[in-house]
Amino acid sequence: MADATYTRPFSERYSHWILLSPALLILFVAAFGPLFIVLIYSFLTAGDYGGVVWSFSTDAWFNVFAERDMFDDTLGFADAHLAIFWRSFRLAAVTTVVALIFGFPTAYFIATRPPKQRNLWMLLIMVPFWTNLLIRTFAIMELIRNEGVVNSLLMAMGVINEPIQMLYTDFAIMIGMLYVYLPLMVLPIYASLERFDFALVEAAYDLYANRLRVLWRVILPVTKPGIIAGSILVMIPALGAYVTPRVLGGGKRMMLGNLIELQFGQGRNWPLGAALAIVLLIIVTASMIYYVRAAGKEGAGHG
Amino acid sequence: MIEIDGVSKVFGSGVQAFTALDNVSVTIRENEFFTLLGPSGCGKTTLLRTIAGFNAPTNGAVRLDGQDLVSLPPYKRPVNTVFQNYALFPHMTVAENIGFGLEMLNRPKAEISSTVDQMLDLVQMTAMAGRRTSEISGGQQQRVALARALAPRPKVLLLDEPLSALDYKLRKGMQVELKRLQNETGITFVFVTHDQEEALSMSDRIAVMNHAQILQVGSPHEIYEHPSERFVAEFIGETNFLIGTVTQADETQGSVALDAGGNIVARLPQGEGGMGQVTVAVRPEQATFCAPDSGEATVSGTVSNVVYLGTDTHFHLTLDDGNPFALRLQNTPDNSVQQKVGDRIGIAIAPGVAQVLKD
Amino acid sequence: MADRGFDVQKQRGFTTIALACFVLLYTPIVLLVMYSFNVGTSIAIWEGFSWRWYVSAWENEQVKVAALRSLYLAVVASFVATSAAVLAALATTRRPAYRGQTVVFAIINQPLMVPEIVTAVALLIFFALIKSFTGYTGGAFLFVAHSAFCIPFAYMPIRARLQGMDLTLEQAAADLYGTPLRVFRKVTLPLLWPGILAGAMLAFVISLDDVVITEFVKAAGQDTLPTYMLGQLRRSVTPEVNAISTVLLAISVTMVVIYFILSQRKN
Repeated sequence: MADATYTRPFSERYSHWILLSPALLILFVAAFGPLFIVLIYSFLTAGDYGGVVWSFSTDAWFNVFAERDMFDDTLGFADAHLAIFWRSFRLAAVTTVVALIFGFPTAYFIATRPPKQRNLWMLLIMVPFWTNLLIRTFAIMELIRNEGVVNSLLMAMGVINEPIQMLYTDFAIMIGMLYVYLPLMVLPIYASLERFDFALVEAAYDLYANRLRVLWRVILPVTKPGIIAGSILVMIPALGAYVTPRVLGGGKRMMLGNLIELQFGQGRNWPLGAALAIVLLIIVTASMIYYVRAAGKEGAGHG
Repeated sequence: MIEIDGVSKVFGSGVQAFTALDNVSVTIRENEFFTLLGPSGCGKTTLLRTIAGFNAPTNGAVRLDGQDLVSLPPYKRPVNTVFQNYALFPHMTVAENIGFGLEMLNRPKAEISSTVDQMLDLVQMTAMAGRRTSEISGGQQQRVALARALAPRPKVLLLDEPLSALDYKLRKGMQVELKRLQNETGITFVFVTHDQEEALSMSDRIAVMNHAQILQVGSPHEIYEHPSERFVAEFIGETNFLIGTVTQADETQGSVALDAGGNIVARLPQGEGGMGQVTVAVRPEQATFCAPDSGEATVSGTVSNVVYLGTDTHFHLTLDDGNPFALRLQNTPDNSVQQKVGDRIGIAIAPGVAQVLKD
Repeated sequence: MADRGFDVQKQRGFTTIALACFVLLYTPIVLLVMYSFNVGTSIAIWEGFSWRWYVSAWENEQVKVAALRSLYLAVVASFVATSAAVLAALATTRRPAYRGQTVVFAIINQPLMVPEIVTAVALLIFFALIKSFTGYTGGAFLFVAHSAFCIPFAYMPIRARLQGMDLTLEQAAADLYGTPLRVFRKVTLPLLWPGILAGAMLAFVISLDDVVITEFVKAAGQDTLPTYMLGQLRRSVTPEVNAISTVLLAISVTMVVIYFILSQRKN
């Protein structure tokens, strides 16, 4: 009875908030707090030389999707923006699919090594991931440029006479993102494959399933949460990619990230940039929520 | 009919080589409930997996109705397995699990669904057909695993310690159930267990295994009453071992002069009519009390402990040569235990009951 | 040995794809490192070994200043982030659930979930606002920004370590008359140390490698090594960039390998 009315001392009840305060303060100032200001800025008027004028306007949001024709003032879709949205989405999707095609067998290979070797193979996957993204993008650039190793090699072998223009194309961006984000696909798939019970595979073989059917009907469905996680982990940074399209797309092949940057540089339209940033954030958050739901649903069935 | 013909299996190589099966030969008959019994690591599961196709034997042949199995991958063998932890597909319902094999055999949809219904009925799981396998109890998962393995109507059903994950009561119930299913389906069951009680209660025949070899094959009665080797006698039930020398022998029986004093007429192992020093196995319930040092008494000793077990009373005795001897008497309403600790008693063993072991 | 039998784990082509993946992951990096030692100015034609580009990078005043700024930034940011992360990890593990815990968790991990470009833009706007009010344009903005996005990386291994820690050890220490602070210093902290070190290293590497946020937050003349390199990539590239990259790579790889070894060691 005494226990029920016993209240713990103040320090014990609130100590976690004291402990949390430094981290939360830093994150508030330099991570999630400023996001609200972005939202506010997206409803302001653009200043002539960058910055904003503090008066309410929905122009930025309007301009995200539509534009007024310069000559006859008619309304139309913002084709340039939509093209960039589409390229971002398409490149991110293709990157994700190709990463899955390469990443799943790689994760499978690692998960089927003897337990002692697995961490070492995973380290081999993770080392490039923890090295500078810019450097890895630069490494790809050197590989595929006109004077790069791939073209030099092909020309030396006589396969081609002229270098193939690979740099500054969508293909280059896709290859770059694939290279940079592949470990993010391998990691969660490996995690679910490592937990995977190969007795299920034996059971399927025992019940007359051949190799392909074992893969399609048992291994892939059971490891689906890992596959979804990996796909989302690749898709999200690919949608928001900035460095890779800038270096490998050469400024002409823009993705959403570059379009946003443009508004704060030459474009001098901060509200539009802010609105575009919010659009990107919404897309990313929506796909994340979708993932958590999907993974949760799957996970519940596994017990 | 499954013929296992000189099968050996060596895992690894060189110094790390481990022999899991050492030249094993046995024939499993049609429609038989056949049990592989032995301690863990004896090779019983390896033998089962060799039949299922998950192990290629290093040497020897496995044939099913005269057809070679070794060259077939698991998915082409008319053999299904109930796995130790069931290995039910977590992403499928109970009904989908049961229908999986038939689906892989590309059977028509109508046939699959009617067989699934039949199987659900057979294992009394019709009400659970739509459940996920994680939503049902261990005993129910066991039934689903059985139904799933039986659905394609295999020629042989392999069961790898399927009852070990269940609690005592469920296990008892499933033993009866398994026996019923085997009778109803007429499928050959090959059952792996380390539980002697399970083996004795369900099997038509038992193969006792140890150290990668089959030591004895026989009916539960033969295995229990007439163990051929010390390991078999020790592994199944409780046994007293008496050392002695064969003084006289015919085809099946011999007279043994025991080191503890007295003579006993015991069964001789097949094909070993030799003389010399032998071990005689006597079950605790094969002996009774009599007056000490009388003509009736095979050996004599003193009572060192009495344990009342409800149905039986268990006596720990010390023979005159100092060796222990266990004796069990069944309790009846009108008999009451007269022997007390410290009493000197005689032990009578009827002729032809005890078994001389192979050495 | 006869036939190996039926391998249930085998899937056709998987091993080939996996090995190809490993080769493709490392080929560009190996080539990049290789050409940093090229005697010529080409990054495609091998002309012979030399240290020339390392010397030239070393003598490049801009590189030196940017490198020192990067290091300084990474050291301070990882220290601040790790300290905050230790306290936060203590406050989010091993205690009964409290209101707002999920929100706290989301906030700490937020830099991992929001695209970097969005955070970068947000910081650009927010810091511009502060600059216009205070007139301060110094390096503090970079330090705060780096500390913030390093927190989740420092937090992860520390939290994992704390969760794996045996609570009874602390209870035993408290039972033996240890005051809370002494228990923390004598028992919790020594056990937590590998996690702290691992977290600090991840934070260091993350800060050292950051391009996007730095690019948006930095004022003129506040280049770090990565943003300097990003600027260089627009011009014609000489193996000097390879040389700088190789040094950065070496630092990152060393850190990650140490992290790996630390995280392998169990309690």
